[in-house]
Amino acid sequence: MVKKLCKAAYAGIIYVFLYLPILVLIVYSFNDSKYRGNWSGFTLRWYQELMRDRTIISALYNTFTIAILASLLATVIGTAAAIGIHHMKPRAKAVFMNITYLPVMNPDIVIGISLLALFVWLKFKLGYITLLLAHVTFNIPYVILAVLPKIYQLNPHLEEAALDLGATPLQAFFKVILPEIMAGVVTGFLLAFTLSLDDFMVSFFTTGSGVNTLSIKIYSMTKLGVSPKINALSTILFIGVLSLLIILQQRASNIKE
Amino acid sequence: MEEYIIELSRLTKKFMEKEALCGIDLKIKPKEFVTLLGPSGCGKTTTLRIIGGFEEPTAGDVIFEGKQINEVPPYQRQINTVFQKYALFPHLNVFDNIAFGLRLKKLDQGAIEEKVAYMLKLVNLEGFGKRKVQSLSGGQQQRVAIARALVNEPKVLLLDEPLGALDLKLRKEMQLELKNMQQRVGITFIYVTHDQEEALTMSDRVVVMSEGEIQQIGTPEDIYNEPVNRFVADFIGEGNILDGIMEEDFKVKIEGRSFTCIDKGFGSNEVVEVLVRPEDIQIVEANKGMLKGVVESVVFKGVHYEILVRDESEMTWMIHDIHMVKVGQAIGMEIGPDAIHIMKKVG
Amino acid sequence: MKKQWLSVPYGIWALVFSIAPILIIAVYSFCSRSAYGNIIYEFTAENYGKFLEPIYINVLWRSVLLATQSTLACFILGYPMAMIIAKSTIKKRNIMVMLFVLPLWTNFLLRTYAWMVLLRDQGVINQFLIYIGIIDEPLKLLYSHNAVLLGMVYNFLPFMVLPIYSVLSKLDNSLVEAAEDLGAPPWQVFLKVIFPLSLPGVISGAIMVFMPAVSTFVISDLLGGGQTVLLGNLIQNQFLVARNWQFGSAISMIMIIMILITMGITSKYQGEGGGRQLW
Repeated sequence: MVKKLCKAAYAGIIYVFLYLPILVLIVYSFNDSKYRGNWSGFTLRWYQELMRDRTIISALYNTFTIAILASLLATVIGTAAAIGIHHMKPRAKAVFMNITYLPVMNPDIVIGISLLALFVWLKFKLGYITLLLAHVTFNIPYVILAVLPKIYQLNPHLEEAALDLGATPLQAFFKVILPEIMAGVVTGFLLAFTLSLDDFMVSFFTTGSGVNTLSIKIYSMTKLGVSPKINALSTILFIGVLSLLIILQQRASNIKE
Repeated sequence: MEEYIIELSRLTKKFMEKEALCGIDLKIKPKEFVTLLGPSGCGKTTTLRIIGGFEEPTAGDVIFEGKQINEVPPYQRQINTVFQKYALFPHLNVFDNIAFGLRLKKLDQGAIEEKVAYMLKLVNLEGFGKRKVQSLSGGQQQRVAIARALVNEPKVLLLDEPLGALDLKLRKEMQLELKNMQQRVGITFIYVTHDQEEALTMSDRVVVMSEGEIQQIGTPEDIYNEPVNRFVADFIGEGNILDGIMEEDFKVKIEGRSFTCIDKGFGSNEVVEVLVRPEDIQIVEANKGMLKGVVESVVFKGVHYEILVRDESEMTWMIHDIHMVKVGQAIGMEIGPDAIHIMKKVG
Repeated sequence: MKKQWLSVPYGIWALVFSIAPILIIAVYSFCSRSAYGNIIYEFTAENYGKFLEPIYINVLWRSVLLATQSTLACFILGYPMAMIIAKSTIKKRNIMVMLFVLPLWTNFLLRTYAWMVLLRDQGVINQFLIYIGIIDEPLKLLYSHNAVLLGMVYNFLPFMVLPIYSVLSKLDNSLVEAAEDLGAPPWQVFLKVIFPLSLPGVISGAIMVFMPAVSTFVISDLLGGGQTVLLGNLIQNQFLVARNWQFGSAISMIMIIMILITMGITSKYQGEGGGRQLW
């Protein structure tokens, strides 16, 4: 009994540690005070100011469009690559897997500065396109690693059965293989999408003047001093993620039934 | 019309230097039920996969209705396959699995529904169209796989150990059902199995294979009664296989004793192998038989007893008899001329 | 069927955007510097030599120290947590895991920024401590070594808990029962059975905490306030402020080599423990 209580207490403390900062951000986003120290009444003013801040809205737009485009592109390239890798001879497979692990193992900062060096060397104009290229680069390996296990589990006779029944290799892929590995493809896409959304390091080095993502915007805002606008932004993002998660959870349990 | 629907000529397949098939020759007539029989690794599945178009032969030809089709991809062959473990598409229901090939041919919905309904009836799965394939039993999945292949009206149906995953009773039922089905739809079946009983039950002709080579081609009766060598005799049914020497036509010497047989055409004093099926040996009183022996063990097998007898020259014989004998009992054994089958010695 | 060719687009992409950049950095790290700070393609080992100067060695030492400290702290805090989750009922388990993943889905910078709000002189913690009368003057919590450590532990703790949990939850309970059956008291069961079997999880957790911790510059920047210069800060500074790309490249190369060595050592343990279950 005492043991059980201790465990519950320990878990409780850890969760408080995890969520206290987020909770504080949320509470303070409603605090009507210029000197953020103490509570001086409820307000929605920071939310209004946030909405009026064009740079934040454009950063939000960039973040989402880049995340969607990069993860889509990475999903297509990565899924094709995973199928190719699966059919390779062992040695070629080993080479490709090592290349795939490179961006996974490489620290983000090294990926960031090395891509910066590449873009400068190629005389690319730093901005939206370079950001997109960089995001696709670090996303592809995660798609490959998510899709590969599904391909390994695939019954090799399924494709043959499709061909046998008159499907061309392309038809066999879209009608049989893809539906079978879809779970892995979706996982890969979601993984890539969240990595893109959350990325700061790589974006920080590969973007040009005037093109911000949310992370970069927040970073520069913290440099200017702490603003309650960031609190408002965090609250919106957190609630957004939370409701998305609850919807997904609900859907998953609905499907199970 | 061609006399043969499928001809394999000098078919050879190598996987990384290893020879899986070494020059197979086989001709199959339309509407024939042919079984490729052999232990695992004998090349039977490779042969089937080459006919289906999933592997290309290293050398030799596959001829379909008189035309060489070595490089024709599977989706352009009028041949369909029932895969080992069925390979049903898990994301499609029974109806959509069966309709898969028809949809690719862009048939209209009405025709598809009609054909699928007919097939479901043929394989006794009426009303199962909406079911998920995972919810079906092994036997039902088996039927869906057959329906999915047959609905495309192939000229040849390939079956790769289709009953391997079923339990014994169901397997026996399905054997008869498959044979029935083949006769009703009237198409060529090429069937791969390692189960000799299955092969004998269903086939018009059996092709016995071992280590990439065809050992014997013949009707089930031929294969059972007239095996050409020790491998076939050993693989099909049970038997006593002994060394012998052909003294002259109709006379063979086994263990120093002469026996009369019905085989001829061997060289004089040629070393041969002799097959005596256990059910062809008769047990007689101890001093009346051609051979004398002592019963070593008796096992009840349902229809008959399996009896092991040690003769005077320390040879062990297997005998199937419906009469009980006692362990330790001295008996005589009688082997008639038509019970002795002479085979060429190989190796 | 030549399906291998499907990997070609990825192969080209990786060649251009993964391998070429590293090669460029490798080349730059051996290049000389002109009077105006431009890159001259003349071989020199000077950039690596420069790293041996005491201030930079100090930075390396501090980075490794902080990363090691945060890895250890995450392990000490995280292992019991992983065990508690693994031993809960399945329903509870899923919620507990979800609660660990959820903060990861909120922006990494916001999570770090939150600690700025908590630790500031007029921050929540100081106000609370003054309010209950433990202190009169606000403590200097922010912009210190410990603040950076705290930020690292906070951000990377889930990376330690989740792999350990995943190994523990798959642990065959009959092994524990067998050990008990053979007379091992609970702490022996833990020491001799549970812990050794969970080692692959601990190692992947340690890698997943150590790697970002040793290379970060955001946490040290926000919570260290420029007081705590780490390898990451140094690289960032060389590339964006000091404009000495050659030196920045050399530091990056050193970081890559460090990580390769760590990977080499740990992959041996993982290989035996079957921890490489990524595909």
